[in-house]
Amino acid sequence: MSSSDPAPPRATPLRAVHEGLGATMTPFAGWLMPLRYAGEISEHQAVRNAAGLFDLSHMGEIAVTGPQAAAALDYALVGRLSALAPGRARYTMICAPDGGVLDDLIVYRLADEEYLVVANAANTATVAGALRERAAGHDAQVRDRTDEYALIAIQGPRAAAILAPLADIDLDGVKYYSGYRGTVAGQPVLLARTGYTGEDGFELFTPPEGAEALWRALAAAGAGDGLVPAGLAARDTLRLEAGMPLYGNELTAEVTPFDAGLGRVVVFDKPDDFVGRAALAERAQAAPRRMLAGLIAGSRRVPRHGYSVTWDGVSCGTVTSGAPSPTLAVPIAMAYLDPETARAARDDSGGRLAVDVRGKPEPARITDLPFYRRPR
Amino acid sequence: MSIPDELRYTAEHEWVAISGSVASVGITDYAQQALGDVVYVSVPAPGTRVTAGEACGEVESTKSVSDIFSPVDGEVSEVNADLDDDPALVNSDPYGAGWLMKIQLDDPDNEAGLLTADEYADLTKDAE
Repeated sequence: MSSSDPAPPRATPLRAVHEGLGATMTPFAGWLMPLRYAGEISEHQAVRNAAGLFDLSHMGEIAVTGPQAAAALDYALVGRLSALAPGRARYTMICAPDGGVLDDLIVYRLADEEYLVVANAANTATVAGALRERAAGHDAQVRDRTDEYALIAIQGPRAAAILAPLADIDLDGVKYYSGYRGTVAGQPVLLARTGYTGEDGFELFTPPEGAEALWRALAAAGAGDGLVPAGLAARDTLRLEAGMPLYGNELTAEVTPFDAGLGRVVVFDKPDDFVGRAALAERAQAAPRRMLAGLIAGSRRVPRHGYSVTWDGVSCGTVTSGAPSPTLAVPIAMAYLDPETARAARDDSGGRLAVDVRGKPEPARITDLPFYRRPR
Repeated sequence: MSIPDELRYTAEHEWVAISGSVASVGITDYAQQALGDVVYVSVPAPGTRVTAGEACGEVESTKSVSDIFSPVDGEVSEVNADLDDDPALVNSDPYGAGWLMKIQLDDPDNEAGLLTADEYADLTKDAE
């Protein structure tokens, strides 16, 4: 057996900020990331009520450029990226030929021949490799530019008000799922109105050298508005409440977008073939094999990833994600259930549906996703 | 990191305060920091016998669940009912209002196996 140590996790450009704030750090996908600062429940609530500041520099940024960049992405991904106008973005997925999900992505079209693909940290190398392979034969270049970007997100109802005075872009003109180059607090950014919290918010891609100055400027600007730093723990409970999938939990190579209730990302109405088309077309016609359901726990014990879901004591599925919900004040979870049971259980309030929490059945009921929708 | 001198400790990050024949038990500041926000506590009902070193309950936080191990041999005499409504007391006041349970000791004079504050400090320093 080799006795070589694994490489230590990489620090982000904001390492000094986190140290100064006394953050609890955690290794995540090869990076040393802030897990929490003052406490994940208070951070979560701050994002729902005011705003939170996140270091997301671990995410992958892959540039796809050239005269046939659009066609290359139409082939490589399940969405129709050629239909995006410059300045717009789309949530999409990259699938294997068998339709299994390799990653979920946000793709920004920065110009006619320039796209930025944002991948999950754990999948960046896989996605870059797959894009390179699939772009072969197209007049397009694929470049992993992760090292050239830090990523800071500001999310919450006060995010726009805090950011506006620092930005040279009029935020009223920035629609949800769009991104434009500009300047914030003197730093060059790609400013995107995207996020993973279910709140209004922005993600700012900026070169590493200026990231700390950008963070500090935002923190100072938001201090009077209740802006607080928020870590990965809060990020997870926020996205869970918003019903958003996490790759590795709800999305894996063993499930298709249809299983996760996200068939809308697969666009068959594209002129040319795309990777996974045949398998996904079959899946789209066939009866669903599983359904992703939201669960609300009937007790305070938390249904967690991997726990068995039972109906009348018989296993009918598995929890993919679970956590206490600060907003609902009860544990919530997502689970893949067999479709017949999911249908029957939807109408049940009589405790027939349960989650096996470390050997003891705890009652749960099915609810529509998302668990939380922001007030408009 | 707070490690009060007058308490005793276990390697499982619990504190013990012995008064006469009763031991009060909770988790340490180190433990509550590592766990994050506590959302649920489960301890044995009064009358339950517990054995030193054996798991007897759970502390559940946002991201994880940890076993509580009994630090002593005895019988649970009282549990902290305040934790039902406010489990966050374990975070905000782990040595005071966040106490978990009281145990009637089989052998009040026996502190074997319990660490002093200095010994616990050494343990947690190495773990960091």
